[in-house]
Amino acid sequence: MMKGLIGKKVGMTQIFDENGAAVPITLIEAGPCYVTQIRNPEKDGYNAVQLGFEEIKRERLTGGQLGHLKNNELGPLRFLREFRVKDPQVSEGDKLEVGDVFEIGEQVDVVGTSKGKGFQGAVKRHGFRGGPKTHGQSDRQRATGSIGATTTPGRVFKGKKMPGHMGFERVTIHNLRVEYVDGDRNLLGVRGSIPGPKGGVVMIKAARKQ
Amino acid sequence: MSDDIIRSVEAPTNPDMPQIKPGDMVSVFLRIREGNTERTQEFRGTVLNSRKGGNNANFTVRRIASNGIGVERTFLLNSPRLEKVVVHRRSHVRRANLTFLRERTGKQARLKQKFN
Repeated sequence: MMKGLIGKKVGMTQIFDENGAAVPITLIEAGPCYVTQIRNPEKDGYNAVQLGFEEIKRERLTGGQLGHLKNNELGPLRFLREFRVKDPQVSEGDKLEVGDVFEIGEQVDVVGTSKGKGFQGAVKRHGFRGGPKTHGQSDRQRATGSIGATTTPGRVFKGKKMPGHMGFERVTIHNLRVEYVDGDRNLLGVRGSIPGPKGGVVMIKAARKQ
Repeated sequence: MSDDIIRSVEAPTNPDMPQIKPGDMVSVFLRIREGNTERTQEFRGTVLNSRKGGNNANFTVRRIASNGIGVERTFLLNSPRLEKVVVHRRSHVRRANLTFLRERTGKQARLKQKFN
């Protein structure tokens, strides 16, 4: 069975383990997911399994999206995500549930989209120290500071850390331990925090760096 | 809706647990594991504050150990390590957080008993 599911972040809490220690967990409403397509090297050039999550009304999808799902006689699904898996051991149209895929004690990676912070200055965005508060300074407290040298090189280097848009990017959190699985309610609890707001869509995969 | 899911995952509240309020003189019986044996330890003192918050609900107990040294310990209300909590007496207090007790010793650290 391939290790992978799409889910929605529910929120954080803590539970007690068998020793009575409090464990911080993030709950994820994971699956049920359907295998919508299997990519193979001959046709697509790479190995992957495409999963679909959350059934919705037929009117919400375009004809092309419905046609793609109809290949495997699946209903309309809101989210499609691909998981790179070499040996999928599933076939198109299969249903994956959290109770069958993950078990307590496993390590997983969680991929999500972080909370958007808008346009932020260099102090918040890159951890710059800002300028001095005193000694006659004005308007320098959260300033970026110098962004380069003089005539040599005569330009600002690419990738220079400056103010700009922060957050709302793809973030992967590695090696989170599965602490809670409830197959009946499709709930998964992983130790620690995961990216994104409550209700944000996340991918849960087998840990890559074990 | 998501809050309902979170609450359902948290430990059920213990019906035997008495209501713990600031100023209460309590004994907390705590299960302690030493190697393979398990024993119960009593921690007796005054409750300084209590907090709600699902599985994070907790309360702080202050006791005066030997040589008049104050020891404070915070317990999670729903922790399975708590065997039981006994309330010995309740006090008349006018605030939720009795941090002023830290500065007081001896007779000054007394609280007026509340009978009801």
